[in-house]
Amino acid sequence: MAHTVTSPIYVVQDNIDTDQIIPAQYLTLVPTIAEEYEKLGSYALIGLPDALYPERFVEDGKTQTQYKIVIAGRNFGCGSSREHAPIALGAAGVEAVVAESFARIFFRNCVATGEIYPYDTPVRLSDVLKTGDVATLDFDHDTLTANGQTYSLKPLGEVRPVIDAGGIFNFARESGMIPSR
Amino acid sequence: MILRPMTLTEKVLARASGKTHVQPGDNVWVNVDTLMTHDVCGPGTIGVFKREFGKDAKVWDRNKVVIIPDHYIFTADSMSNRNVDILRDFAREQGLPYFYDVIDDKDGHWTFDAARGPLARQYGSRYTGVCHTTLPWKGHTRPGEILFGTDSHTCMAGAFNQFATGIGNTDAGFILGTGKLLIKVPESMRFFLEGALPPGVMAKDVILHVIGEIGFDGATYKAMQWEGPGVHTMSMDDRMTIANMAIEAGGKNGIFPCDQKTLDYVRERVSENGTRSDFDPVELDREQSFSYDRVFDLSKLEPTVACHPDPGNRKLAKEMSHIGLDRAYIGSCTGGKTSDFLAFAEVVRGKTVKIDTFGVPATTKVVQELKDTVWNGQSVWQILESAGVRLTENASCAACLGGPVDTFGRLNQPMKCISATNRNFPGRMGNKESEVFLASPYTVAASALTGHITDPREFIS
Ligand code: SF4
Repeated sequence: MAHTVTSPIYVVQDNIDTDQIIPAQYLTLVPTIAEEYEKLGSYALIGLPDALYPERFVEDGKTQTQYKIVIAGRNFGCGSSREHAPIALGAAGVEAVVAESFARIFFRNCVATGEIYPYDTPVRLSDVLKTGDVATLDFDHDTLTANGQTYSLKPLGEVRPVIDAGGIFNFARESGMIPSR
Repeated sequence: MILRPMTLTEKVLARASGKTHVQPGDNVWVNVDTLMTHDVCGPGTIGVFKREFGKDAKVWDRNKVVIIPDHYIFTADSMSNRNVDILRDFAREQGLPYFYDVIDDKDGHWTFDAARGPLARQYGSRYTGVCHTTLPWKGHTRPGEILFGTDSHTCMAGAFNQFATGIGNTDAGFILGTGKLLIKVPESMRFFLEGALPPGVMAKDVILHVIGEIGFDGATYKAMQWEGPGVHTMSMDDRMTIANMAIEAGGKNGIFPCDQKTLDYVRERVSENGTRSDFDPVELDREQSFSYDRVFDLSKLEPTVACHPDPGNRKLAKEMSHIGLDRAYIGSCTGGKTSDFLAFAEVVRGKTVKIDTFGVPATTKVVQELKDTVWNGQSVWQILESAGVRLTENASCAACLGGPVDTFGRLNQPMKCISATNRNFPGRMGNKESEVFLASPYTVAASALTGHITDPREFIS
């Protein structure tokens, strides 16, 4: 398994709530139904105001984004408890969100589903980097390198093995908390 | 060893995890008393449950699962209608006693008849409306217990001295199979309320003020504990409004002490509905430790508005009169209770609203109460209608979260709306270029009359 990912990044600012990640009218899609899961990916971040974010995160007609890493400011994922939010990002092909801070339920849903790695960054990268810059995220060393600079990220700690396993069910089975199938 | 005294949240979590003591940062497995889900997250939760536990799996305890279709109900959107059908199939297959279906036919399919219009009642005898307002009405919120729900405003039930918080589908699927969840004990913050609210100021103003004070992420991961003499002057509805919005400061939960008002309210509803009556409140310890501890004097508060684009963007209503409005909206779990509509009606009674004004009662019981409450020979329902409010009998979440394009009251084009709801991030009520201003029912009513943001004290003697 590759322990790094290199990709253009998509940069957003503070308070990107779950309505901007996946607007309410798309919540009729049920993530556990395969075609609907894929559709959720095509709508990821479609709620961002166009004036502030002229670059589309997922191009029209596509289900996958070219940006596998999202860089955010404070309180990413605030708002509702909809698991559609991390799922839409994961379904679009996002591997990690690197934010100054996360809202609690979003963070927990990232871990529970194993969809994406939610990294905290001590440096406010959303002010330093811009959409389209290419970055390498190193999961072994918890660093992000972009424009010749390497930034240390806060290690994921106890939630890391849960995401590595692919979410709480896999993790609970691997560790014997619930019976394996 | 001397153990530090526990906060209310710590006490509930200790009890639910079978421990004598817990402290912030501990990860504990708690036994769940109630799991609530709805039509937006229920189908996915059921999907996770079946995928992980097998298609013939049974839920851990059918008396502890509550399913409330409430979000996308009165819409012709076929996917939304299908999702309500998924809930019905599951409730039937599992034999769930607490499924508040929109239709009475257990084998039927739900469709909304758009030709009959959005205002006239289109639901059966068991339908209730918004989940968080239904839970207390139907006797599912009880002191000392643990409630999880697949909705971020599940924290509203903290008004009843219980631990209640929102979770995602995967966690909810896990609970459906096991009845347990691993959670981290949060640090607690204390908000100590003194004094009483002055005229024209409501519980909504208290929580908007506090969120403005600590910031939209000021309580992230934390429990917001409300105490003090000011708390006991408040009705259960007021406490619900406050607990509801803990999440708008990022909080994990909000929690209140249990007093006589709590006990009277809960006892009446559990006996009406035959739900569990052997609950056991958690009491306040002296010398608890908090990561934040502040006193708020209610008598100093003024009508408050959270301006676009987030619930922490606080201003006083009186400073915002330059903001012209296109629409006013009253409804939701936070602002669509009977007491909210009565406050609204006090202001608009005998007058006419100047801008499009939509009213969506949170529950079908609120609809009934507004029709049954008579002031000077006129029902409150009639008073509101004659003031020009577009009132629907179809209690639901409606435009609080936008929803499908035919949702009643949805902002389908860029506009400025003042709303008694709880969240105003871009796009929350529909169009993503719209601006939403959150305020109390009084302030929304006064602003509906003038067409700009208005301090309601201009209308309240
Ligand atoms: S009324 Fe609004 S805030 Fe309350 S549950 Fe419904 S959508 Fe959520």
